[in-house]
Amino acid sequence: MLRAYFDHNATTPLAPEVREALVSCLDQTYGNASSIHHFGQAAKQRLEAARRQVASLLGARPAEVVFTGGGTEADNLAVLGAVRAARGARHLITTAIEHPAVLGPCAQLEREGAAVTPLPVGSDGVVDPGEVRRALRPDTVLISVMHANNELGTLQPIAEIARIAREAGVAFHADGVQTLGKIPVDVHALGVDLYSVSGHKLYGPKGVGALYVRKGTPLAGLMFGGHHERDRRPGTENVPALAGLGAAAERAGHHLEAEAQLLASLRDRLENAALERIPGVAVNGAGACRTPNTTNISFDGIDGEALVIALDLRGFAVSTGSACSSGAITPSHVLTAIGLSAERARASIRFSLGRSNTAEQVDALVEALEASVAHLRRISVHA
Amino acid sequence: MSGGVDSSTVAALLVRQGHPVVGLTMQLWNQRRLPELSAEGASGRCCSLDDVYDARRVAEQIGIPYYVVNFEQEFEERVVQPFVDEYLAGRTPVPCTLCNNHIKFARFLDLADAVGARQIATGHYARVRYDDASGRYQLLRPADESKDQTYFLYGLTQEQLARTLFPLGELTKTEVRELARSMNLAVAAKSDSQEICFVPNGDYAGFLSAWLRERGAPQPPGRGAIVTRDGRTLGAHEGVHHFTVGQRRGLGVATGEPLYVIATHPETRQVVVGTNDELLRPGFTATGVNWISIEGLRAPAPARVKIRNKHTAAAALLLPTGDPARVEVVFDEPQRAVTPGQGTVFYDGDLVLGGGWIE
Repeated sequence: MLRAYFDHNATTPLAPEVREALVSCLDQTYGNASSIHHFGQAAKQRLEAARRQVASLLGARPAEVVFTGGGTEADNLAVLGAVRAARGARHLITTAIEHPAVLGPCAQLEREGAAVTPLPVGSDGVVDPGEVRRALRPDTVLISVMHANNELGTLQPIAEIARIAREAGVAFHADGVQTLGKIPVDVHALGVDLYSVSGHKLYGPKGVGALYVRKGTPLAGLMFGGHHERDRRPGTENVPALAGLGAAAERAGHHLEAEAQLLASLRDRLENAALERIPGVAVNGAGACRTPNTTNISFDGIDGEALVIALDLRGFAVSTGSACSSGAITPSHVLTAIGLSAERARASIRFSLGRSNTAEQVDALVEALEASVAHLRRISVHA
Repeated sequence: MSGGVDSSTVAALLVRQGHPVVGLTMQLWNQRRLPELSAEGASGRCCSLDDVYDARRVAEQIGIPYYVVNFEQEFEERVVQPFVDEYLAGRTPVPCTLCNNHIKFARFLDLADAVGARQIATGHYARVRYDDASGRYQLLRPADESKDQTYFLYGLTQEQLARTLFPLGELTKTEVRELARSMNLAVAAKSDSQEICFVPNGDYAGFLSAWLRERGAPQPPGRGAIVTRDGRTLGAHEGVHHFTVGQRRGLGVATGEPLYVIATHPETRQVVVGTNDELLRPGFTATGVNWISIEGLRAPAPARVKIRNKHTAAAALLLPTGDPARVEVVFDEPQRAVTPGQGTVFYDGDLVLGGGWIE
């Protein structure tokens, strides 16, 4: 069976440039980057080259990039680290549509006595900066708002929120896991203090990521036992994977504009065809600015889980939402937050496109969708 | 595929017979949800991460597509909530029957339709056959009587039976394990699950408390009196939900002869106890009856009647009432511990005539 992959927000395949960097490093650069000798120096060079590559894609200084074991760790380090670095009563502001990697540490801080305000979003999946301003308290120490939502692709007004945070003297974290590599990101222009990055969402390896930490941002570490990453993340660096992350960042920088254009045209092709050929279809979050590769579509009267399985058996990989929460008991917290009924949330599918997708694949996907949706409606599962 | 040896063997057998097979695991209950109930040896029960891991491994081994589908919410509404309600009302419910009636087979067939599968197969020990004379699909006891699961399956519909395969119906458990071993299935030596899947440690009272606490609902009624049928108070207990009809242990009352629970009254918080003879009942009324293998009952008919899973079916006469979903059961010999809320199943030899709930 021919298979087509439309789940790039869950993870992406390795780009050839990344593979080359990773493999050459695995073969040749086995030194410990902290060692004094030749082997250690070679590893350190690869590590710092990767840091420059990631910094360059972010518009940051290399010294502001802290490597982590992935996007979830970057989010945890940002949220827990920024709040624990502050003294006294602590309040933080976030949104109802954050990834669990942000909501999880927020809930943990709540258990530790901090106060958390999760801001609502509009039906377009975008938070109103005015809400952020209104939620500010004298003891607010952190604002954490994702740059692009993983389920909808909707972009948040990061620069505006950053201005509000700066005026109030509150640290601002943006989860950029679903953004970097899809649209241009410049952390200085955005004005964020902390920005999370994941390797495997931009054709890099899994298990590596980075946190941009603007110089001077107070941040408490999560782990102890070494002076790596300027005391912020102890442990011998995973140099091959980080070299891969560096190569992925460089690749993304070169192809960003062309890929964004291609993906937007494929995404529009998919949306238009679905809307035209299948009755009872609506695009969720369509009114907002979105990342070019993501669309979230509901199919009236359909169980999303059954549709994902039916499409998989036809060779098309899609998802009902975040891969981390599929199989969850409740409908997507993101779709609920934009005001969808539980029924419509369960009838929603996320399609996230990537560089290897073609117009032919999109057309074949629409055909499979048309057939599967018609079949599921005929047998009226969940009617 | 529960991740156990039975459903794993079923999947492997069907693949070996050349059928295109899709494996499904139903996630019905989150075993980490009420952590205070986790007990030694409670891991590896149905719906735990270990079981999904095992099912996935078997699916990989036999080369079939495999999916986990989540029905926790429906399970909560159709099985767990009624289980709690029944228990609090002083009855002893059978959640496995509710699950088979409302979730396992109904939702499983929905999914089969969704993926274009004609039939479903499970690892239950039971048999289905088509009867030309009546034009009905019939449910029968399995070859291995010690594993008979028909007590939990009487509620299936004709449409469900018509599309269901029970490939283990002709096999003994020993043969199933042998088959699993011969096919090198990773779960061949895995132990059987015994308890209700969402109460893995068997502590129903503890489950009730934890579940109600999670909801912020009031705890079950507490201390009450242990009384005899003639109204004498023998002692006190910690809540009627700790007791079920026929129970002997945990009464903490010392008398000359062994005492058993013969009734529980949640409204007065009384647990009524008596001798073994006082537990005997000449018959009962069954409600919500499903005549699975026959059209229905027109005249009084002899049958063997089971009143709980481990009960040896007893000879009785089934008396029809005006309502096909109600039947009077009169035993040839009075039976011990006829427990309201429990399921009852009527047999004619190996044939399952039907079943219902003890009123």
